[in-house]
Amino acid sequence: MLVHTRKGRWTAWAVFAALFVPLFALPLLVIAVASFSTNWSGAFPSGPTTGHYAAATRGESLAALSVSLQTAVGASVLALVVGTWAALSASSLGRGGRRVLDALFMLPVAVPSVVVGLAVLVAYSQPPVLLNGTRWIVIIAHTVLVTAFAYQSVSAALTRLDPAYEQAAASLGARPWYVLWRVKVPLLLPSLTAAAGLCFALSMGELSATMMLYPPDWMPLPVQIFAATDRGSLFTGSALAVVLMVTTLLVLLAVSRIRTKASYR
Amino acid sequence: MTEREATGTLTPQTPAPPGVPGDDRSHDNGPNSAGPHGSGRGGGPHDNGPNSGGPNSDRPHSTRSRTGRSGHRSRAGAWALPPIAVLGVIFLYPLALVVKESVTGEAGVGAYADVFASDAFTDALVTTVGIAVGATAGCVVLGFALALIVAFVPFPGSRGVAKFIDVFLSFPSFLITLALLFLYGTVGMANGMWTDVTGAAEGPFDFLTTPWGVLLAEITYFTPFVMRPLLAAFAQLDTAQLEAASSLGARPARIVRRVILPEAYPALMAGGSLVLVLCLNEFAIVLFTGAKDVVTLPMLVYSKAILESDYVSACVVATVNVVISVGLYALYRTVTARTTGAARTGTSRTGRSGRSGTPRTGRTERRGRNAGAHA
Repeated sequence: MLVHTRKGRWTAWAVFAALFVPLFALPLLVIAVASFSTNWSGAFPSGPTTGHYAAATRGESLAALSVSLQTAVGASVLALVVGTWAALSASSLGRGGRRVLDALFMLPVAVPSVVVGLAVLVAYSQPPVLLNGTRWIVIIAHTVLVTAFAYQSVSAALTRLDPAYEQAAASLGARPWYVLWRVKVPLLLPSLTAAAGLCFALSMGELSATMMLYPPDWMPLPVQIFAATDRGSLFTGSALAVVLMVTTLLVLLAVSRIRTKASYR
Repeated sequence: MTEREATGTLTPQTPAPPGVPGDDRSHDNGPNSAGPHGSGRGGGPHDNGPNSGGPNSDRPHSTRSRTGRSGHRSRAGAWALPPIAVLGVIFLYPLALVVKESVTGEAGVGAYADVFASDAFTDALVTTVGIAVGATAGCVVLGFALALIVAFVPFPGSRGVAKFIDVFLSFPSFLITLALLFLYGTVGMANGMWTDVTGAAEGPFDFLTTPWGVLLAEITYFTPFVMRPLLAAFAQLDTAQLEAASSLGARPARIVRRVILPEAYPALMAGGSLVLVLCLNEFAIVLFTGAKDVVTLPMLVYSKAILESDYVSACVVATVNVVISVGLYALYRTVTARTTGAARTGTSRTGRSGRSGTPRTGRTERRGRNAGAHA
């Protein structure tokens, strides 16, 4: 406790509320409210409707949601496999090798997503591999962007892992594969699911790289939201945004349930 | 340290492996030999007698394990190759192509001179750096103040705030710009209130299509990135220090300056430099603003490549952007490396003093993106 007087505490809380509510709580609230209205020309919106949701859950909006989900699942699975593999092999390397792997796998965080999009677009619009215009180019770009986060969370969890477990297993004669599969992976399961949730959420909301390379028949939800707001249909856009947020949250919730189950095992 | 520990715990057990072959077989045979497997170490000595025949089998085993150790290293190196190959194909090779493309146009390296000489580029560079530095400063100040209150002046629901921040970070950045359109847009909430109260025809808020709008959106979106490492650092702070300082008569401002700030400084630096890099790279917020006169470097890459189909210039701008961002990110990594060193000694200290570290590690683990601070 830093502030001991009642007055001081209330002042601190007032400052907090004055900053936090308009900056962080209000934006999300406003989007939610706007998605139910038809008009916002005064202080408050008017014309309550659920029409935007009816539009947001059919036709090309529904297709966009399904595209986003498939892309996010595909990219997260790929990123988890590659990132976990890299983190596991980095943890058994020496200091130098680990540093190289760290640098390589964290590089996509530093590179602007737009440049990742441009790079993937340039590379796969020319032989030997032509993927431009297919859904794979979007999934590849998303994988690049989220692999770093999978690698990061798994290698952070690996450094916290008590080596006694695997040593005990190995000393009892378990083969490396057996140690990995029956000891390390179960111990890492909570962080693996956390990484999966993170990768999924990032991929669901990815816009920058996607704008560079999405083909017309593989349009993820964020692009759809941008298209809606760009042509002035802000209310449809916010309904789509709410759909995006709710879907992401539901998946994160499901993932965190798996996680608590895993950590209590 | 762990290496030495590992060998240290393994060596005394080298006599044990004679029981190992039996154990291995028990896995192969599955249910058949579940009994001996279950008895494990207890059954060891019994197996030992007939099976191994003393030191004879002991020695080859220990040498095997020693060669196994050095072989293990190189094999681990080989295991690292597949993920590196995947990364190479989907990321490193494309990135190299961008750099190559930037110099293989008609003008060659002259493409850089052309781009550097253009007003669009210098404007974009100034705008990008200006907004990023401003947003970072705002995030650091705001994040520090808010985290301070959440951690040290707790109120009912302050845990909820920490949860909310996590949720907030899982949303895409462009939602903030979208929300700002409703809040401060030409017909938004703020202007609506103004016209309702004063009766004027138009409200005074018209900054969304200027750099200030982007600045506000970036501060809003990225402040949680500063708050998370700070809250983690505050959780490690020994409250006894605060009590001592305060019982000796230090005012809150002095405690913040002399006790909290030095402890939180590494986390603040780490969060701040991460936000700086993310702000330099931010695209979605700028795109959603839809302002023609706010062009940042990523925006310039997009408009050159997609709108003008001028891939050479796009690659030049992209290369410059990558150099700036990666340079700063390398700086961030060095800062966080130092931070984790400090944090780690901190954890071990509190861990040894008997406070349980488990809930804390759980929390840091959940703080997804920030986990980098611990890597």
